[in-house]
Amino acid sequence: MIKRLKINDVEREIDATPEMRLLDLLRSQLKLTGTKEGCGEGECGACSMLLNGEVIDSCLMLVGQLKDGDEILTVEGLGDVDHLSPLQECFVHEGGAQCGICTPGMLMAAHALLRKNPRPTREEIATAISGNLCRCTGYVKIIDAIEKASQASKAGKVRKGKG
Amino acid sequence: MTFAYNRPPNIPEALALMTASPGTFPVLAGGTDLIVQWRSGIIKLDGVIDISELAQLRGISVTDEGVEIGALATHAEIAANGVVAQRFPSLATACLSIGGPQIQNRGTIGGNVMNASPAGDTLPVLLAHDADFLAQDLTGERWIPAREFFVGYRKTALKPQELLTRIRIRMPDTKERGSFLKVGARRAQAISKVSLCVRGRIRHGGVDWIKIAVGSVAPTPIRAPGTEALLTGKVITDSMIELARNSLADEVFPIDDIRSTADYRRFAAGGLLARYLREMTSRA
Repeated sequence: MIKRLKINDVEREIDATPEMRLLDLLRSQLKLTGTKEGCGEGECGACSMLLNGEVIDSCLMLVGQLKDGDEILTVEGLGDVDHLSPLQECFVHEGGAQCGICTPGMLMAAHALLRKNPRPTREEIATAISGNLCRCTGYVKIIDAIEKASQASKAGKVRKGKG
Repeated sequence: MTFAYNRPPNIPEALALMTASPGTFPVLAGGTDLIVQWRSGIIKLDGVIDISELAQLRGISVTDEGVEIGALATHAEIAANGVVAQRFPSLATACLSIGGPQIQNRGTIGGNVMNASPAGDTLPVLLAHDADFLAQDLTGERWIPAREFFVGYRKTALKPQELLTRIRIRMPDTKERGSFLKVGARRAQAISKVSLCVRGRIRHGGVDWIKIAVGSVAPTPIRAPGTEALLTGKVITDSMIELARNSLADEVFPIDDIRSTADYRRFAAGGLLARYLREMTSRA
């Protein structure tokens, strides 16, 4: 099954079996391994990414459910080690990551929030990341990081022209 | 064997597929339940009928009589709808208590209904509102009242060749107060131990009418007609609240499972009703 998608702002044609999970398309076929698999059943949010601007679990979506023109944003589309997005920088500075497995999903859930609501309250931040589990930080520093990012002028932006 | 991934472009083609091999390929909407059941080995899947192309099943329309919600409306869309938020706040609350944002963005109300789990969070709300469900097959369509819809554990009144297309909820009384209350292990990403939707018209502390629906306390979501009858026409006093709490605890028939125990669920169901009744009297 061939689909024409926009992945991290680049138009790509993909060919995959329709029953393949979007998560497997990203990680195994496209080698975008920033997106993690945690529980594989929609409980932990480690595989979060944006589909047409909305955060979803990529472990619970099949390639067949995509349509031509769908826009996918993964953590690779936010920034990279040399060119962090403002949100990623705030995670680093506020200590919003420890072991790191939840971090890409947290970033994507936070990014989805800041696109729609650039100045969220801490309560709104907590709700926005309520579908993402972290077993290290206790969430406070993650919420601090997202709050800090929301105070920067470029919150909700991806880093352009990286690499 | 190759996986039969069917993606019909319109309702008649979807119905033709369902009629050709009834029950063989499950209907796939948001996938937040079906894909989990498939991947965890609870069900075997040789193919699906993916209905996500069917634009006629989307959207929420408002009429003088009430709202009609397309089976493919997501929990996030329903909760964000202004009329739902204002007139059916218990439905909006229920939709926002399902999973987290990721699940609310993909999961659909039709999927929640057809999955027919006793713990489905929108189901007590639909039962308490006496919603109607529109089922369509190649020969026509029929409305099924909520009270006749959930016929057994994860079983609905739909025939294998019928597709759920729409849900109709009548506009509530402007003077009624409704509430959706849920007990889970945590606020997000938790399947209900007990959930309750109550609606009622309470005047000067007296109950004109009340409708009570409870989830996770029986093989299906259920109404509590005994407790509704007990409260109707009564003044809500502390002793009346105790009677109602005990009546509801007697009226439900929960089980022990991984999430909770039968005893706790009986107690918590009564407790949620007591909370609603106390809030109603403190406002009156």
